[in-house]
Amino acid sequence: MLNVHLMLFVAFGAIALAGAINLLAQTHPINSALSLIAVMAALAGEYLLLGAEFVAAVQIIVYAGAVMVLFVFVIMLLNAGVEERTKGSRVAILFGIPGTLLGSVLVAWAVLQHSGTEAVTAGAWGDRVSQLAPQAVPGSPETIGPLLFHEFLLPFEITSNLILIAIMGAVVLASKPPSAPVEPREGN
Amino acid sequence: MVPLSYYLVLSGILFACGVIGFLIKRNIITIFLSIELMLNGVNLSFVAFAAHWHALAGQVFVFFVMVVAAAEAAVGLAIIIAVYRTRETLNVDRVNLLKL
Repeated sequence: MLNVHLMLFVAFGAIALAGAINLLAQTHPINSALSLIAVMAALAGEYLLLGAEFVAAVQIIVYAGAVMVLFVFVIMLLNAGVEERTKGSRVAILFGIPGTLLGSVLVAWAVLQHSGTEAVTAGAWGDRVSQLAPQAVPGSPETIGPLLFHEFLLPFEITSNLILIAIMGAVVLASKPPSAPVEPREGN
Repeated sequence: MVPLSYYLVLSGILFACGVIGFLIKRNIITIFLSIELMLNGVNLSFVAFAAHWHALAGQVFVFFVMVVAAAEAAVGLAIIIAVYRTRETLNVDRVNLLKL
């Protein structure tokens, strides 16, 4: 019997990995940003496999949509070109890549050793989705909403204040200083 | 069925890719993109643990991580714009005077 969950996991994971590696390989920031969007879309698929429908939708709308549009907008605004290599980055390549590879291999080995591949299935809710059960699926907005607005009401309000302050800070930081003389613009 | 450890390994690899990008990239915007990649890797492990333990709080935490990432992106990109306005460069090696 074909394991559809595993196949989908491998497919989405391959897309995410390819995007992540492409992000590292590209030298132009706009290419890196577009490959990060591919990573986020693939991760939304993984969230769907895990039964987290609301998180998957928010991932697409907020992350791949709003946040990445902000990034692409800034890249366009600053007319960012191909990055130039300097000496410091070679030192980072020499020590960073072996170090992080070693660390990730160690972590992967430890996880696979101690939790084992025979661990409890993670896609139990995905089954329920595929069976088209009439009751509310865990991870749908129906179940996330009460949790978010009852148990996590205080963190929710604090993060809403945080993002308000962050937006005001962004406006203050990105606006021109008032003492700066206004340069005449060429063109239209 | 997909074991939990597969999701954790994928999330770890994504996080490691983010760390590598953070270390080797010289463009400040790409460094920011690498940070977002790390946050995405962490989010994947949050959701995987939430599904494994049948605890919806993990998914709510992912929501909060996304909000904080959005705030971080807004402030960070504004700082990048301010740096570019004063230093005329996006290369982090050229921003070395610890002042704007």
